[in-house]
Amino acid sequence: MSTTLEVRNLRTHFFTRAGVVKAVDGVSFTVGRGQVLGLVGESGSGKTVTGFSIIGLVDPPGRVVEGEILFHGRNLATANEEELRHLRGNRIAMIFQDPMMTLNPVLRVDTQMIETVLAHEKVSREEARQRSRDALGMVGIPSPDERLKSYPHQFSGGMRQRVAIAIALLHRPELIIADEPTTALDVTIQGQILAEVQKLAATTGTSLIWITHDLSVVAGLADEIAVMYAGRIVEGGEVGAVLDAPMHPYTVGLIGSVPSRNRRGEPLRQIPGMTPSLLKLPAGCAFRSRCPRADEACLVEPDLLELRPGRRARCFHPHLEGVGA
Amino acid sequence: MSATTETPLLELRGISRRFEKKLDFAGKIARFLGAPLREEVVHAVDDVTLGIRKGEVVGLVGESGCGKSTLGRVAAGIMPPSNGQVLWRGKDVTKLDGPASREARLRAQMIFQDPYASLNPRMRVEDIVGEAPLVHGMTTRAGFGPYVEEQIRRAGLDPAFKRRYPHQFSGGQRQRIGIARALAVKPEFIVCDEAVAALDVSIQAQILNLFMKLRQELDLTYLFISHDLSVVEHLSDRVVIMYLGRVVEQAPAEEIFARANHPYTVSLLASVPRIEARKRAFTTVKGEIPSPLNPPTGCHFHPRCPHAMPRCSQEVPKLREIAPGHLSACHLNG
Repeated sequence: MSTTLEVRNLRTHFFTRAGVVKAVDGVSFTVGRGQVLGLVGESGSGKTVTGFSIIGLVDPPGRVVEGEILFHGRNLATANEEELRHLRGNRIAMIFQDPMMTLNPVLRVDTQMIETVLAHEKVSREEARQRSRDALGMVGIPSPDERLKSYPHQFSGGMRQRVAIAIALLHRPELIIADEPTTALDVTIQGQILAEVQKLAATTGTSLIWITHDLSVVAGLADEIAVMYAGRIVEGGEVGAVLDAPMHPYTVGLIGSVPSRNRRGEPLRQIPGMTPSLLKLPAGCAFRSRCPRADEACLVEPDLLELRPGRRARCFHPHLEGVGA
Repeated sequence: MSATTETPLLELRGISRRFEKKLDFAGKIARFLGAPLREEVVHAVDDVTLGIRKGEVVGLVGESGCGKSTLGRVAAGIMPPSNGQVLWRGKDVTKLDGPASREARLRAQMIFQDPYASLNPRMRVEDIVGEAPLVHGMTTRAGFGPYVEEQIRRAGLDPAFKRRYPHQFSGGQRQRIGIARALAVKPEFIVCDEAVAALDVSIQAQILNLFMKLRQELDLTYLFISHDLSVVEHLSDRVVIMYLGRVVEQAPAEEIFARANHPYTVSLLASVPRIEARKRAFTTVKGEIPSPLNPPTGCHFHPRCPHAMPRCSQEVPKLREIAPGHLSACHLNG
């Protein structure tokens, strides 16, 4: 399988008045062609900033301070704005949690979509309209011809997200970064969007980075999973293997606190404490203060190691029982 | 279960709540000149009857616009219904006035979804929690400090934080402040409106555990409103499913997750992503949630229902008992 994206030791820091916030601190992963990577973490874990760094959307005071973002071998971390502009929306697309971040509220959908097509390709307006129409049809919007003439506010939340996805698909990108795209949607609508996305990834060979806090969504959608905590990947591997037998205590805790993993009415297994402030991270393992397995060894930051074939974890005391060799 | 003669703690009888959008002056002129404008009426809640017994946790589930929050507000007594009665231990609370009405309001409290919007940013935690008990004479100026500390501690926060402002807390801690505030007036009944929806999974588990602990300690009754079926499944004794203002199904929790009857409930359960699921094709319900401004005729679900018959678009199905304690509103049940 060819590699679409390889991120190596990415560090994105925010230089604020209160201090340096290491939002992303040494993240590495690869995404193969047609593969879905689920990037999972809680608020402040750096999952969104990772996505923004790849597509070059980190604003000051934030900056990618180190690392390589290899898109088909080309390093995006050092690419200039002009180069990124050619890639963005063309070969790499992004879908945001709030579709109104993508859509301009005062322009009709057709204007916005045709503009997007013409920004990267020299085609006639009529052809661009045709492409837009097809894209809307592909994401399951009924009567796309009429809907092209609507304004964003005339769509429901789920339909708006479909339009945003359709725009992302216009140039058949090789990589889509989706940042919590279904979090604000109702379950039945979320199911529809997930089904569409899954179909698209399978048929077009598009690679997908699906950023979410919801393990259940990733369970059904992703091939690979990477769990982030305080700016670092703490565990990674094939989605089934990780969810069935997590190795890092944080992943264990996270999966344990999902209500369906507990007996009804029994207290939920919970992770004590809360995510530490990125401004004053404790030395060593960032999860140390909440971890039941922590000891003196954890005062030193552990490395992300391949503990079993295809299974990486950043922990000195991983759960290895029940993990296949 | 439904045949118990015991009076429910709270009973909602035939509750409807309409929101009307009146035409403004320009709109009236435009209509006068022939523009096709009319006053819009949303039936947020449409003839809902529901009893909640003492000590019970009732989960209220539905998607956006189904009226679950409106029903919760009516149950908590912070919004009057357009029609219907709210009975507290058999007495109509909408007809009470004076001290009796005030007492009735204190017995039901609400915890809101957004821990950022539901706390006054200019008030210290001790005042947020302690203001209502002081006004209602549950504590005195002299006993204020210890009383507030007790409330804050019970919600799992360090009482040393009581002089702080809400912005100094994280989302989970703020939700604990909201819980302390609700419990400070010694209610018997709590309406939780999406109380854990805005929280991270690990924090959500902490708050859910707190709810369950408080239920035991204080003998509380909950109406737990959520769109998250896994949360509701975990917590509730009984589950009520709403769709576009109406209750479509209600049953004990195990029953509804094992033997869902209404096609909407079935498709809702099928749409929920589960962590046990592996790479698989997501099943979908066709169509969108219709606008509550202009709901479909007959059974509201018929345009999306895989089993719809001609009758479904003409006649509103009645909520009928199909098994002990299990009610469903579907024409398929004959």
